[in-house]
Amino acid sequence: MENLIGLLVAVPLLGAAILLTGGRRLDRIGHWLGTILAAVSFGIGAVLFFDMLGKSGEDRAMYSHLFSWVPVGGFQADIGFQLDQLSMTFVLLISGVGTLIHIYSIGYMEHDERRRRFFGYLNLFVAAMLLLVIADNYFLLYVGWEGVGLASYLLIGFWQNKPSAATAAKKAFLVNRVGDVGLSIAIMLMFTTFGTFSFQPVLAHAGDASEGKLTAIGLMLLLAACGKSAQVPLQSWLGDAMEGPTPVSALIHAATMVTAGVYLITRSGAIFNGAPDAQVAVVTVGAVTLLFGAIVGCAKDDIKKALAGSTMSQIGYMIMAAGLGPIGYVFAIMHLVTHGFFKAGLFLGAGSVMHGMNDEVDMRKYGGLRTYMPVTFITFGLGYLAIIGFPGLSGFFSKDKIIEAAFAKGGTEGWILGGAALLGAAITAFYMTRVMLMTFFGEKRWEADAEGHEPHPHESPKSMTIPMIVLAFGSVFAGGLFSLNSSFLKWLEPVTGHEEGHSPLSATTVTAGTMVVLVIGVALAWLMYGRRAVPAVAPRGSLLTRAARRDLLQDDFNHVVLVRGGEHLTRSLVYLDHSLVDGAVNGTAAGVGGLSGRMRKLQNGYVRSYAVSMLGGTAVLIAATLLMRAV
Amino acid sequence: MSFPLLTVTAALPAVGAIATAAVPAAKRTVAKWSALGFSVATFVLAVIVLVRFEPGGERYQLTESHAWIKDFGVRYELGVDGIGVSLVALTALLIPFIIAAGWHDADPLEDKNPNRRWRPTQGFFALILAVEAMVVVSFEATDVFLFYIFFEAMLIPMYFLIGGFGDQAHEHGDDEAAKQRSYAAVKFLLYNLVGGLVMLAAVIGLYAASADQLGHGTFSLQEILQARAAGKFDLASSTERWLFLGFFFAFAVKAPLWPLHTWLPNAMGESTAPVAVLITAVVDKVGTFAMLRYCLQLFPEASKWATPVILVLAVISIIYGALLAVGQRDIKRLIAYASISHFGFIIMGIFAMTTQGQSGAALYMVNHGISTAALLLVAGFLISRRGSRLIADFGGVQKVAPVLAGTFLIGGLATLSLPGLAPFVSEFLVLVGTFSRYPALGIIATVGIVLAALYVLVLYQRTMTGPVKAGVEGMKDLKVREIAVVAPLIALLLFLGVYPKPLTDIVNPAVGQTLSDVHKTDPKPALEATK
Repeated sequence: MENLIGLLVAVPLLGAAILLTGGRRLDRIGHWLGTILAAVSFGIGAVLFFDMLGKSGEDRAMYSHLFSWVPVGGFQADIGFQLDQLSMTFVLLISGVGTLIHIYSIGYMEHDERRRRFFGYLNLFVAAMLLLVIADNYFLLYVGWEGVGLASYLLIGFWQNKPSAATAAKKAFLVNRVGDVGLSIAIMLMFTTFGTFSFQPVLAHAGDASEGKLTAIGLMLLLAACGKSAQVPLQSWLGDAMEGPTPVSALIHAATMVTAGVYLITRSGAIFNGAPDAQVAVVTVGAVTLLFGAIVGCAKDDIKKALAGSTMSQIGYMIMAAGLGPIGYVFAIMHLVTHGFFKAGLFLGAGSVMHGMNDEVDMRKYGGLRTYMPVTFITFGLGYLAIIGFPGLSGFFSKDKIIEAAFAKGGTEGWILGGAALLGAAITAFYMTRVMLMTFFGEKRWEADAEGHEPHPHESPKSMTIPMIVLAFGSVFAGGLFSLNSSFLKWLEPVTGHEEGHSPLSATTVTAGTMVVLVIGVALAWLMYGRRAVPAVAPRGSLLTRAARRDLLQDDFNHVVLVRGGEHLTRSLVYLDHSLVDGAVNGTAAGVGGLSGRMRKLQNGYVRSYAVSMLGGTAVLIAATLLMRAV
Repeated sequence: MSFPLLTVTAALPAVGAIATAAVPAAKRTVAKWSALGFSVATFVLAVIVLVRFEPGGERYQLTESHAWIKDFGVRYELGVDGIGVSLVALTALLIPFIIAAGWHDADPLEDKNPNRRWRPTQGFFALILAVEAMVVVSFEATDVFLFYIFFEAMLIPMYFLIGGFGDQAHEHGDDEAAKQRSYAAVKFLLYNLVGGLVMLAAVIGLYAASADQLGHGTFSLQEILQARAAGKFDLASSTERWLFLGFFFAFAVKAPLWPLHTWLPNAMGESTAPVAVLITAVVDKVGTFAMLRYCLQLFPEASKWATPVILVLAVISIIYGALLAVGQRDIKRLIAYASISHFGFIIMGIFAMTTQGQSGAALYMVNHGISTAALLLVAGFLISRRGSRLIADFGGVQKVAPVLAGTFLIGGLATLSLPGLAPFVSEFLVLVGTFSRYPALGIIATVGIVLAALYVLVLYQRTMTGPVKAGVEGMKDLKVREIAVVAPLIALLLFLGVYPKPLTDIVNPAVGQTLSDVHKTDPKPALEATK
């Protein structure tokens, strides 16, 4: 069985290699090949899963050591895999949702002449993401970590001839690189602290290390997580990443890659458990981002950017839960899985709407689409109910648990985090209802474009609706299934550990509170966007709205401080390198031997000068020999 | 007496240089194939050397030793350790690609008089082979004077390669190009000659010191090392420091280390792409190699004394080179500044004096050679198609030449040390090796990782993506010859990224011996977790 683990990665990687080097002759079958290989990977994952179910909770982890990768002194990096319940959960999510999105893309990318390449990149992504979650050490995880960053770069910039797409791709990679520095330093700290960076020894001995070391490692891991999971202050790339084709937004920038930070923190639980200060930083980042993303989501008229704000916010919930320690790890992952279903479904629904609307993304130009695309409406609607936490649907179970755990943190911290989580739930209900109303309800607001093409909204082909239906099932039932008998808790507990918190509020009170804020959020949105007609041109809006449209001015800050500042710095350095450094070295040389003057003479480009300088070189050698004789 | 394999490996390209230069003027194609043939044959020999080399065996293997100039104790001594043998292999590997990539770089522009005596094509390829021969001897020599002669002599063919064969891609026209080219060539020569002169003084000083201590002057590395191990060779610390500085200065010019780097962007910018590869991927490696071999082994105490300053200069190189790369408008100068940043990493790894740092530095030399060759040779193909080196003259190439764009991207990703490609392994080893002894420097150096992503991706974005620019529309994709140059390099980058163990096995013992020369052991982890 263990030998199958490596195949999880190898199969889609092979697909990427074939599709990207195979040339045009594969154009006709490339998308099928890519889809089948993703499905094979899911199949292998399923086989391993059922094998795992046959064993008892403690013995479920499987290991597979392939070969020694970088052996240099005490630094021993191996290519080895570890598949335990936590990894398994991710494997099924990645390959499962991944396969669905491959299928969806067959239809969505049908008219793109570079479809084969698109599937090659998708396969590359699946391979890298699977490597990230089954690596048995942090150094190999790093390969998957940057591998998904590369796939994300290639896919955001897939329509490279659009300058905005190329810029967004570069920005995503760069912001992620800042996070990667965190991961590099964390690995170096592990090496100097533990002498190794493999999960097992590091996590087993985390308790022996000093709290200062653990805090430093924890903060660096948090930096890495902030980059990959688009958490404040490294969140700015996610909105722009929506330039990529919509299936990419669904798979990479909603369901899987952006949750890697949650995986990293949960996986490193033993380190965070011993570093309370780092945990405070984690919950702060999570709480701030869950509000930040939600506020941004309220102001966006671009359907994908509204959903991107929502993704940021939902991952904020997960990061916060992971920062709570053993009372939150399981729920962070549970919300991650249910979010994977409903957010991927929402994005695919958004893609389906765009597909029928000539790629229009502005919700102010939608309206009343429910009659034109019934399947999209129903599946999107179920995703909507799930994300706002409608009782009985997936999001209800997973988000409720996180809010409970936040209160259970205890003390003032508990009240603040719980309050933030509740407030976030209200805003979520508001902005998602807004999206729903603006898109599917009200009067139709689209009109002909400049060339006179009026959109003819229509339902998408089966290859696109079937994945949406499957994901809608997940959005409805996954949370309930996971909570039945606490099955998800029992599944993950052997890996992540679990403690019950001591909430000052009873579970019923929290649920009732969540319901109240839910109703408030929905009602407010209905008052603003349901009862009144939506203007086709956005009103000026309040100061906050305008700031939120600009991602709360964070981009403007980056632009002024980093981009402008950086440009000035490099320009002055280029000037100084020429005038000062070059000048100083030449000047010193001139001082020593009048070289500068000779150099200017030698620049005249005459062959004679070359000959002179060659003679000079030879003379030096002769002089050397003569000198030797003298000595 | 066994077969002098190392001598033959170095002599074969020299013979090839003469043979290629002797090809009649009209037979340009013969000259090209002759050069390629000799370089491939040299590579085969280098592979045999690599196979015969036993990792973990004697420190210097395949040794040859003959008296040469008896009066001054100069000996003809060759031998390779793990690092030397890797770099000989790298050199022999890259030269055929350099020749194939520069296949048309020295074709006469208009063949008005096919019988003229000046034979640029023959000269170009002969000079490349001459450089190869001298570089190989530099990596093989274990006699300081023998090394010095070839270290200096390679300036001569390099000077002609830079000054005589620029590409026809200058924004201010041919005259200005010729002027810039000769400026670059002279600057290259003067910087390196000055470095060499200072080193010469130190070489003589070493001779005097050995004569003083051992009773007879010697340049033999092995003899000096053995004498020191036996306690018979012990320099006063002021003497040792002066000699160290003399050697280090020459190597720091060649490597090049900030602030002695300014010749490199000129030289790489003005020469053709294959020659630029020859400079940065092959010739400059002699500088860092010599730091590791001569500075550390001959002057261990002085090396440790100078370490803080050198490390700071190396970190400045890393950040400064990367920032300057971001600010460049010229593709080749951008890559030159990126190389300065990378040489900063190599030097930092050497002087961190840890196993990971030095093994990482040795690996870095090999990996940087391959990755820069891949990026720069594709850049050369790009430049020759458009007749311009300016980034602003490109845009949307990806649309018209996807294979060219794809290979350029992979070269770029290797340059920014993407995990999965070879340079990642070496860069991380250097960082972790530095961090374990000097955490602050290790952390500052990681800024270089972010900047590398910036200059590579900005370059890619401006040249390859966006709408197709005027002048780029008709651009042809890579030809078979060009793909044959790039594909093996990319394959090697992938292979060494996933399975660098064959290389680390060769390099590690040599690093272990160097570290014991300088009496340094790796810092212990704070707590020893069981493996």
